[in-house]
Amino acid sequence: MAVGLDKVRPDKVTEEKHLVVEGMDISGHWNRMFEQRVIWDYDVDNLEKVTNLPGGESLGWCYGCAKCTAVCPIDIVGDYSPRKIHRKTQIGVDLFTSSDLWLCTTCMNCLRVCPKEVNMIQIMPAVREQAVLTGAVPPELQKAFEDTAKHGNPLGQPQRKRADWAKAAGVPVPIMKDLKRAVDILWYVGSYPAYHPRGMDAARAAARIFNALGIDFGILGIEEKDDGDSQRLAGEKGLFEMLAEQNIAAFGKYEFNRMVVTGPHEFNAFKNEYPKYGADFKVAHYTRFLVEHLDKLRPMLKKPINLKVTFHDPCYLGRHNGEYEAPRELLRAIPGIELVEMGRCRENGYCCGGGGGGMWLDSFTKEHTTMRLSERRVREAAEYGAEVLAVCCPFEVSRFEDAAKSTGNDKLIVRDILELLDESMKE
Amino acid sequence: MNIVVPIKQIPNLTDELEINGDGTGLDHDALQYVLNEFDEHAIEEAVLAKEAAGGTVTVIGVDTTGELDGALHTALAKGADKAARITGDFPRGTDSHTQAKLLANAIRSLSPDLVLTGVQAADDRDGQIGPMIAAHLGLPYVGVVTGVAVKDGKAIVHKEYAGGLMGEFEVSLPMVVGVQAAHQPPRYAPVSKVRQIAKTAKIDEIAGDEAAGAGSTVRRMFKPEAAGHAEMWEGGPEEVAEKIAALIKEKGLLKG
Amino acid sequence: MSNDVLILAEHLKGKVSDISFEMTGKGRQLAVAFGGKAVAVMLGSGAAALAATLGADSVLYVDDPALAEFNPQAYGRVLAALINDRAPRLVMVGNTSMGMDLAAGLSVTAGLPLMAYVNGLAAEGGALAATSQIYGGKIQAEAVPDGEACVVSCLAGAFPADAGRVGAGLVPALEQIASPVPLADLQIKFVRMIEPQSGDVDITQQPILVSIGRGIGGQENIELAQELAEALGTAVSASRPVTDAGWLPKTRQVGKSGLTVKPKIYLAFGISGAPEHLEGMRGAETIIAVNTDPKAPIFDVAHYGATCDMLDLLPALTEKIKA
Repeated sequence: MAVGLDKVRPDKVTEEKHLVVEGMDISGHWNRMFEQRVIWDYDVDNLEKVTNLPGGESLGWCYGCAKCTAVCPIDIVGDYSPRKIHRKTQIGVDLFTSSDLWLCTTCMNCLRVCPKEVNMIQIMPAVREQAVLTGAVPPELQKAFEDTAKHGNPLGQPQRKRADWAKAAGVPVPIMKDLKRAVDILWYVGSYPAYHPRGMDAARAAARIFNALGIDFGILGIEEKDDGDSQRLAGEKGLFEMLAEQNIAAFGKYEFNRMVVTGPHEFNAFKNEYPKYGADFKVAHYTRFLVEHLDKLRPMLKKPINLKVTFHDPCYLGRHNGEYEAPRELLRAIPGIELVEMGRCRENGYCCGGGGGGMWLDSFTKEHTTMRLSERRVREAAEYGAEVLAVCCPFEVSRFEDAAKSTGNDKLIVRDILELLDESMKE
Repeated sequence: MNIVVPIKQIPNLTDELEINGDGTGLDHDALQYVLNEFDEHAIEEAVLAKEAAGGTVTVIGVDTTGELDGALHTALAKGADKAARITGDFPRGTDSHTQAKLLANAIRSLSPDLVLTGVQAADDRDGQIGPMIAAHLGLPYVGVVTGVAVKDGKAIVHKEYAGGLMGEFEVSLPMVVGVQAAHQPPRYAPVSKVRQIAKTAKIDEIAGDEAAGAGSTVRRMFKPEAAGHAEMWEGGPEEVAEKIAALIKEKGLLKG
Repeated sequence: MSNDVLILAEHLKGKVSDISFEMTGKGRQLAVAFGGKAVAVMLGSGAAALAATLGADSVLYVDDPALAEFNPQAYGRVLAALINDRAPRLVMVGNTSMGMDLAAGLSVTAGLPLMAYVNGLAAEGGALAATSQIYGGKIQAEAVPDGEACVVSCLAGAFPADAGRVGAGLVPALEQIASPVPLADLQIKFVRMIEPQSGDVDITQQPILVSIGRGIGGQENIELAQELAEALGTAVSASRPVTDAGWLPKTRQVGKSGLTVKPKIYLAFGISGAPEHLEGMRGAETIIAVNTDPKAPIFDVAHYGATCDMLDLLPALTEKIKA
């Protein structure tokens, strides 16, 4: 129970003309400044449950300044922010069983502005892991875990079909197992580009671009598994570790100079997390990789795309890994495109809602917010008069396309930058 | 209550199944093995029964793949208490008669009150192991069961017939049950938990006797030739929807 | 050993199951090849009239109050005694809910080989070969028993039923006997029959069905199928995984352990077509299957097929039907 809730104790408030304390005469009024103050007004049990967990410590550092609340993408569509979570622990909310546990997308905008470095990117996975261990997980997220564990991808598609998208690429997509030689670039395709119909569009576009540039590349095909990073952030650390081990073993079978990934989440996984499990290779997101080849690519971009385009910064490319320029450089290289920036861009970019497990919590999040983050975002794109919302994260295309439809912005075209480049390369 | 769950690993049916060189079996080495899905239900029903009536759940299988431990660790993560592995020269695709006899011999010494196993497996060419284990142990068997409730040394089981009709039976324990479906879908075992358990779990190892044999010999294995094949419609959802709607209209099945 | 074929006939709620006739017809054919007789066995209480419908060479009807309802232990004991007594060349049991409780156990107690999931039986020069449908219908395995006698469990629908009904020219000798073994001390007691939940729509009576399988992905997508069914004025039916997951009631399940449906149009969305499911819907007039896997067995029975994503198709079709 709360201790010392009665902050003022009138019986102790007396007035004396001369007060001698330890031999010194202090004049003035006696007040509670002179006695021991109650510093713990609230029950700390719920807070300590979090801060006692490895990774959960920093929630205790919050001093309630609410800078995070101002930038939290969820608070814009709901009632939620790290500061609010901290406050709620004081008034009896147990984060372990609260719906708040599943709303954070680990977009990192709070950490960017937090003076105390309260790190939700560590707090959330730590607390969620405890919920996962006891099975207290929203069913849709649990299904994504189960599908990932069973099939190697969160979409629940058969592993043996992981390279099927390539058949319709119209260009060769060499598979390492058949290639039997070293390549310059190992292209990690990722689950959504491999299986989601709109992801496949981007994957096929990438294949055509790589071929046009004469890149010496190969993919892992059915030896590739989901990177698992979002599952880790959603609390299934064991699943992430299992996938990391399997992927690292698959990478290790082949020789390559560098890896290129389609998705920012994979980029984050391979750059920042896999090295902890023994991975040792260089990795680039496709936007940076293609910028390196821009001299050769630019002359191929012949067909103008005369549209007003805005760009959505993926949280895991921008804030998490500091890449803001490469996607924009690619867009600027496409003739005809007029690039407009939305208000929330770059370091303060809004979140699509798909990170940190949000991709598999759509119904849950919708229940606890006034609108989907993706819906808020397409509205913003429309407010800025954009005709095309350009993205470079495989989570986003389907999220934003659905949101464009559900918000009545059907005219807004959502395209991966790969698709725009591919389109511009057509004769 | 002492509950034992015999389990079986089978080829992953979502994989492409290939026939071996002499055409009498599968090319097992090319296949990924998974736990028989009916056994997943048996494990779930066992854990539910334990949660309801107390007791211990022991999961046991013949290690035909060298990878049985993964399935056993998962079962432990779901709430089983003990796990045992029968080892010996039993390759992938070992027949049901052999597995049933090995399992029965191992289970006998465990003196179970209740044996729950999957009602069937996709590779049961020579029959289902549940009734065989029951026969070896001289225990009553009821299969195609979708719910088990234990009370006062007796089990009430619901056996499914066609059309949703069910027969209710009261069986004095011990007995063997062939589980068709647990009364709730099998729970997910978080990999985090499975991995924790894999580090500490002790799996009893039982040396298996010799193979009993199926009693019959496969002389030819082949993929069924399709009697016919659908006329395939190309195109995306819009085009296909158009064609289906036209057909429904043509048959006069449009409402209103 | 005799050259007879012993066929276990099944009956439920006063009706002989089709599998009994299917096996009887095939059994008679095999008995001729073996040079023996086809003996149909029915177990029951006061059910002699049912036994008389079986078109075998002879019918053995075992009457006992303990056999009034199916009881795996009672059936198992009686059959074991009869097999022991008559030493048939072949014992045929259905690969059904009842038969699956018996065949494998008999194989062990009688020491006979068992070939299960049989959808093909041939006697070549007097030797039996049985073809089993295994691995979810993906593989056929043709096998021969190591000895001469054996048990087979047959899939429903594998053989024509009419060949096993009593017809003109064949009046089987019906022999009624009491149970050859005591049935008083059974550990298994039949309690009651539980009828399927009533009050729900009867999917066997719909001229068109929207049927969904694993491809529906999750409970949240059921709505999409329901909207289409509503537009069509019908109900959503499903394959086993969907009802097992509790996304739809059991009364909507099509297939072996569910209902058999024969609508004018059967829309199979995201159903791969396991043999157990096909058993319940192959009689539909027109089958349209949509599954992303072009190799799914459902396409072998469907008349029309497509491989697009059912989750996109459902709303598109609903819109077209409503228009």
